[in-house]
Amino acid sequence: MDFERPDPDALLASIQKEEERRRRGKLKIFFGMAAGVGKTYAMLEEARRLQADGMDIVVGYIETHGRRETERLLEGLEIVPRQQIEYRGAWLEEMDVDGVLARQPELVLVDELAHTNAPGARHGKRYQDVLDLLEAGIDVYTTVNVQHFESRADAVRQITGITVHETVPDTLIDLAEDVELIDLTPEELRKRLFEGKVYTAERVHVAADNFFRVGNLTALRMMALRLTAERVDHQLQDYMELKRIAGPWKSGERLMVAIGPGPFSERLIRWTRRMAYNLEAPWLAVFVETSKPLADEAWAMVNRHLDLARSLGAEVMTVAGDDVPDALLRLAQQRNITQIIIGKPLHKRRIELFTGGSYVDRLIRNSGNIDVYVVTGDETPDARSTVALPALPKIDRHTGWRDYLLAAGIIGLVTLADFFIVPIAGYQLVGLTDLLAVLLVAVYIGRGPALLAAVLSALSWNYLFIDPLFTLQIFLPQDIALLLLYFVIALFTGNLTARLRIREQQARFNAERNLALFTLTHETAGAVDMDAVLTTAVEQVGRVFDAEVAILLPREDGHGVAPHPSSTLVMDEKEEGVAGWVYEYGRVAGRNTGTLPKALARYYPLRTASGIVGVIGIRRRSTERLPFDQESLLETFIGQITLAVERELLDEAAEQAALLRESERLSGVLLNSISHELRTPIASIRGAADSLLHPGTGLDEDAQHQLIRDILDASERLNRLVENLLDMSRLESGRLQPKREWCDIREIIGVAAQRLTTCLAERVLTIDVQPDLPLVKLDFVLIEQVLANLLDNACSYTPPGTHIFIAARERGGFCELSVSNDGPPIPDADLERIFDKVYRVPGPAVTGTGLGLPISRGLVEAHGGTLTAENHHAGGVRFIIRLPMPDEQPAVREAAT
Amino acid sequence: MSAGPRVLVIDDEAQIRRFLRISLEANGYEVHEVATGQDGINRAAQLRPDLIILDMGLPDIDGLEVLRRLREWTTTPTIILSVRDADIDKVAALDAGADDYLTKPFSLEELMARMRVAQRHTQPALQSHRFKAGNVEVDLSRRHVTRGGEPVKLTPTEYALLRLLIQHAGRVMTHKQILREVWGPEYVEETQYLRVYFATLRQKLEEDPSLPKLILTEPGVGYRLAA
Repeated sequence: MDFERPDPDALLASIQKEEERRRRGKLKIFFGMAAGVGKTYAMLEEARRLQADGMDIVVGYIETHGRRETERLLEGLEIVPRQQIEYRGAWLEEMDVDGVLARQPELVLVDELAHTNAPGARHGKRYQDVLDLLEAGIDVYTTVNVQHFESRADAVRQITGITVHETVPDTLIDLAEDVELIDLTPEELRKRLFEGKVYTAERVHVAADNFFRVGNLTALRMMALRLTAERVDHQLQDYMELKRIAGPWKSGERLMVAIGPGPFSERLIRWTRRMAYNLEAPWLAVFVETSKPLADEAWAMVNRHLDLARSLGAEVMTVAGDDVPDALLRLAQQRNITQIIIGKPLHKRRIELFTGGSYVDRLIRNSGNIDVYVVTGDETPDARSTVALPALPKIDRHTGWRDYLLAAGIIGLVTLADFFIVPIAGYQLVGLTDLLAVLLVAVYIGRGPALLAAVLSALSWNYLFIDPLFTLQIFLPQDIALLLLYFVIALFTGNLTARLRIREQQARFNAERNLALFTLTHETAGAVDMDAVLTTAVEQVGRVFDAEVAILLPREDGHGVAPHPSSTLVMDEKEEGVAGWVYEYGRVAGRNTGTLPKALARYYPLRTASGIVGVIGIRRRSTERLPFDQESLLETFIGQITLAVERELLDEAAEQAALLRESERLSGVLLNSISHELRTPIASIRGAADSLLHPGTGLDEDAQHQLIRDILDASERLNRLVENLLDMSRLESGRLQPKREWCDIREIIGVAAQRLTTCLAERVLTIDVQPDLPLVKLDFVLIEQVLANLLDNACSYTPPGTHIFIAARERGGFCELSVSNDGPPIPDADLERIFDKVYRVPGPAVTGTGLGLPISRGLVEAHGGTLTAENHHAGGVRFIIRLPMPDEQPAVREAAT
Repeated sequence: MSAGPRVLVIDDEAQIRRFLRISLEANGYEVHEVATGQDGINRAAQLRPDLIILDMGLPDIDGLEVLRRLREWTTTPTIILSVRDADIDKVAALDAGADDYLTKPFSLEELMARMRVAQRHTQPALQSHRFKAGNVEVDLSRRHVTRGGEPVKLTPTEYALLRLLIQHAGRVMTHKQILREVWGPEYVEETQYLRVYFATLRQKLEEDPSLPKLILTEPGVGYRLAA
């Protein structure tokens, strides 16, 4: 991976769009098809207007190209002096970023966004300076031409023949708050050119004949218009996504690009990305792995290409198959691909004569209704410089000198055996036994050793068994033919067998890989929550790669990542630091990488379209590097895990949103109910106090007492309401943790009954507790409160003189505590709804907050128990609390007295 | 000025202070009031009150801290008033040496009862070796317990519990205090001992063990002997 030059797309993608944009400065791009359309002019005009409105504006860098109208507009604008940088004896001028930062204007004007800074400046590119300014909260106005956008650079080169070196990432367009297209017709622009308004006189004709040809300008204008139109489209789509207006992929297109180790693949990837972006289609980048071994450098290139595709939003896959077109088409059909993008090979290969045309031809011939785009690869200078020449193919990927020694040994043994065969069957048969040995070597050891075995056996046969013995000479012509034929057959079959073997291994590996992948997908899809997903992921990755695994998710306070408890990899502070780096920068780091290689494990970012959602750390038990196919399997695994994590995050977010809506609705209802409940007692307190203060004439002592009692009752009611509200909020905030200790249920009943003496005095209370009921572990205060609520409820809903019955017994591993009354039944439909907040059974008005039952249920559930209501068959309502019974009873000892 | 017991009220709420002054003076107390913890500590030193009523939520020093500082030099009975009704707050105050704890809002009647109990304990010499509540009688000097005239046989642990509650009759004893006194300091967390022994004690002493009248449970805090 290239660490010195971070991919700007990847960096920028991680910048969260909407939220970030609010804190940052705003970027406005004045955008045109070519130099001279008047971008700088338009920018300055607008700046002057804003300055007149009182905005604090400075000029960071403006290039007037000696144009007089532009220079006039600069008058009256504050200019931050440019920075002088010495480079090879010359003084170059650049924008003084620190100067602008120190000046802290509201808006800075920076011309020519794509400009490359002089060596020695802080950043290589001016757009990086601009990003710094935006980061510091300063608004930036800038100008740029369409040919400078990275994704258009190829097209511009093809149209104009000019290689654009100064490019800016397309993501800058996304980042811009506002893009203003400065449009001129090609004719008008050429007119301006000839009027000397673009370049000085001596350059006009050169420019007019080259870049500024009408054809070029028309094409560039089209591009500029399209880019602007696309932006508008995407703004609409962003908006739709933001507002969760779901929609399927608009075009129904699915793109697939085939890539390889060649430098041209990078262009293919960018080409496909642009196309996918325009079509708003998902895309897939595929590498077909054949049994032909690739050099390490080539693997590295393939990897880099896959990384690039992934960072540009592709799904990345590696498939195995010796027949590339066949493998591509099979995958395309599986994935419902509608368009395949491939590169046109640079050189025709001679072998094509035998295999029926180039693979491109065959792909097109067999593609059916899938469109195939063949993109021309031309060798660009910078492409050539990065070509990694493939090394000579190794003879076999898995053989070492030991295997050759083994092959030689086997031939030695067979030759010994031949001494016994020759007297019986003649020397001709030796060839067949040797051939058997060569085949065995090919099957079990590999191609190289098989070839060695073929050579050795041919030599020994000739030397030891063919006349004249103990020479390498041969007399008889048929012996020469025999030996030659043997040699050819041995080489051919050895080679063939070895290839079969490799393919068979590959098939087996693929089957294993598919099984592993299937298991992972299946298991994570079935996982019920984030913890389950992560536990499964850690387990599967650990098993398949024989590794210790840690998954790290962002901390809730937003600072870095913390390992999930399911992790099997134990991490110290240093390791967590590496993971933190990966999380922050979105790049792989750790063991065997270019970044922080001293770490024990290797860390991969879990990257989604909206940013990094976590980090996975993997420490394999073996120190060997993963072979490429496994490395790519691991990447696929990580992709799967990322998807699962993202899915869970989305689920959680949706759940949160639903919860919020529900709680908003409830708090509305609650507020209504409470304001009623609050006002009533306040009204009676106030009324009673008023009457006492202004007694008038007719207030006798009895009436006065009655009023005072009313005040007391009302305040008692208020107090209960406040208690209920406090309990509710404690329950809902999740701060309520039952303080469990051993309790005697009888004692709880006693306390609750004592609390409600007044109401119980008017009713018949029966308490029936199983005599040997064991102690239960629970929070005394909370359960006592539940019981008191239920008793209070029973009192409120039944007339005086009725029965209330409290029972407690052990049943089926639960302690069952019930409160029954013989009052009117609750309609069956309401038996569950009475536990909803502020729900009340329709009927005669009863004072109360409507919170008692939901609170009680919450409290019981916090103990892992249940609270239900039922209509008693003998009449009346029964509330049943079921609390889990402990398995053992605590030890109790006498005091040492 | 009345010659009744001297009470110092430390509470920052003027309305509560006024209500306490009016009601307590009507019941024969001499009432002094301050609004902050610091003033409370100073006045307690000058005034040497017979009883202190202390609010937990004071503007300058936390009530619990005021209590600790008072307990450094005086054993004046102190009753805590608080809006905090979590048992953990009650236990903290009682363990720090408060004689009783009342949650706002409270009834005047209850406050007066607790004040009387708290004051009684300042004169241990007057305490008799005989205790009587309902139909239960205990002769501490002879370790003899009767219920309705019938002798009751208590185990040594049960008797130790009963004696402890009698010594502090009317006052809340926290779980910790009871466990420390009866079983020893290493058993202060073993609340299950209390559940078991108080259950048997109630079986032996209460008229209706399901609705105890003598040995009362203070939920989450401790036990109190009705006085």
